[in-house]
Amino acid sequence: MTKLLLHGGRLVDPASGHDGTADVLVADGRVAEVGPGLDGTGAEVVDCGGLVVCPGLVDLHVHLREPGREDAETIETGSRAAALGGYTAVCPMPNTDPVADNAGVVEMVAARGREVGLVDVFPVGAVTLGQRGSELAELGAMARSAARVDCFSDDGRPIREARLLRLALEYARAFDAVIADHAEDASLTDGAQMHEGEVSAMLGLAGWPAAAEEMVVARDLLLAELTGGRLHLCHVSTAGAVELVRAARARGVRVTAEAAPHHFSLTDEAARSYDPVFKVNPPLREKADVEAVRQGLADGTLDAIATDHAPHAREDKEVEWATAPPGMLGLETALAVTVTDLVEGGYLDLATAVERITAGPARCRRVPGHGGPVAPGAPANLAVFDPAATWTVDRAGLASRARNTPFHGRELRGRVVHTLLRGDFTVRDGRATR
Amino acid sequence: MINFSAKGSSVSKGESLKDTAITLEAMGVDAIVIRHGASGAPWRLAEWVEAVVVNAGDGTHEHPTQALLDLYTMRQRFPGFDGLKVAIVGDVLHSRVARSNVLALTTMGAEVTLVAPPTLLPARVETWGTAVSYDLDAVLPKQDVVMMLRVQLERQRAGFFPSLREYARLYGLDARRLDAMADHAIVMHPGPMNRGVEIAAEVADSLERSVIADQVANGISVRMALLYLLLGGPEVTA
Repeated sequence: MTKLLLHGGRLVDPASGHDGTADVLVADGRVAEVGPGLDGTGAEVVDCGGLVVCPGLVDLHVHLREPGREDAETIETGSRAAALGGYTAVCPMPNTDPVADNAGVVEMVAARGREVGLVDVFPVGAVTLGQRGSELAELGAMARSAARVDCFSDDGRPIREARLLRLALEYARAFDAVIADHAEDASLTDGAQMHEGEVSAMLGLAGWPAAAEEMVVARDLLLAELTGGRLHLCHVSTAGAVELVRAARARGVRVTAEAAPHHFSLTDEAARSYDPVFKVNPPLREKADVEAVRQGLADGTLDAIATDHAPHAREDKEVEWATAPPGMLGLETALAVTVTDLVEGGYLDLATAVERITAGPARCRRVPGHGGPVAPGAPANLAVFDPAATWTVDRAGLASRARNTPFHGRELRGRVVHTLLRGDFTVRDGRATR
Repeated sequence: MINFSAKGSSVSKGESLKDTAITLEAMGVDAIVIRHGASGAPWRLAEWVEAVVVNAGDGTHEHPTQALLDLYTMRQRFPGFDGLKVAIVGDVLHSRVARSNVLALTTMGAEVTLVAPPTLLPARVETWGTAVSYDLDAVLPKQDVVMMLRVQLERQRAGFFPSLREYARLYGLDARRLDAMADHAIVMHPGPMNRGVEIAAEVADSLERSVIADQVANGISVRMALLYLLLGGPEVTA
């Protein structure tokens, strides 16, 4: 029996409400005991003094590009990037080639994830065939497949037709599945390159107005209310959208929502460089929006921090702004950006921040074994990080196959030291073990 | 001097801007003058080459040499820019000429008024340091300079205004409107013109008012001067 004692760390376990010094004894891949001053006899003792021990991070929204664009990222490189970011569970979006709109593709993604074995991979299935927005994909087949999909999304594009979203929300109730929508009114964003505002006007780049997100969020919330279905809103980025979600939750609508690190740390000012590394959908917004997203995460209007990790091949981003595809990396920097901008910034205390990136996302869909609680019998999916350590992001040093991080050169606080998946180190002393 | 355009060069075979930059750099060019359909393309290019990059118009962003020649043309007619009243009329939203002229003219102290239908004005235009009007007739009598912008036919198809006829009626400069201008006021246009749409033939050809031919001539001198200063002149320190 292999035993491991995480000794002397600050255990932050939002699911149990624990926040204080405690040892965690791991035996045979599971948490055996939690408490102060545990006996480490026969166990390998890992000193966690000064470090935070928490459930492994959960990312509801990543793009691993496999199958189809293995030159940008693979399930293996993306899994390694995730582990280095402290993650033990990731949910890859279905906009691959072929699209994950059937049991075959979601099972392939899940199986490949298991084979790699660095994080647990919970695929998101497409809502509509080919994500074309015209007819429902076989949600039931994906739900009943070996991948056991309980979250569907046409992410990358919105579900344009209200009727189709209504049907999806209703139909998914049969599997207690959640529909995650990318809120964007496409008729308002035709040719759009960045957030519409003062900066887009000066740069001569076609704008993506906040209203294009907010009107679809409003529609989605009304349809969730109508159907009683489970709605999840991807990458909420505007002050108005945060307010709409807040009001809907207050009247009891079944909705969960996520925000991406770049939407609570960067603004549209970054586009002045014309470097498409800052091009993303939804786009970087204004200061007031960043502030609202931070407040939304602080008061729980937004349940989860999700990266929208979107790797792109170098040649696809080393082009003119208008030619580049939207998207930026996030897995290896999310925790540090959270610590730096939300915790150090005074918006969330550390325990709440940890909640939003572990237990919060685990509430939005089923990710069994992840998000805590860190309690006897639970799989030992854990992250250990140094909340005080500073480091400088270097895109050349990323494990992701792509290099399109918007945080290159930025000094961040908060560094992942160890990540454990079912008791095995996937990351040890800041390095991937495999 | 190497001239090439996307059509007939390797660009049409899918060569990226970066590869074009590497090729030009390898050829040892000292300056690259680039006109490009994507806003910001010259910025990207300048990051990849040692050569001097001159923006000859990028997408709907800027057209700096046009602004320089426009200001030079104004300076030939007026003693200075302080308080000079300039109306820029038309598709400001999509106009690189308008952006560069607004920046240059407001910097020099001119009083700029943008005149356009609201659909052809950029977001937050109130932050540009100009006046804004939807009413050309109200603005015209007060101006020293009236700069007409080319309106592209595809804007009508995209629904920015209902018809070219209506656009011409509301925002076109015809002989009647020319009469409403001050006697000393001049008419400018960056070309190419849509006669009968934003500018009537008799206005474009008016020898007393139109300085459009001067703009073309000044374009040559200003761009020669620019290349001289950037390539042959004293060391430029940024």
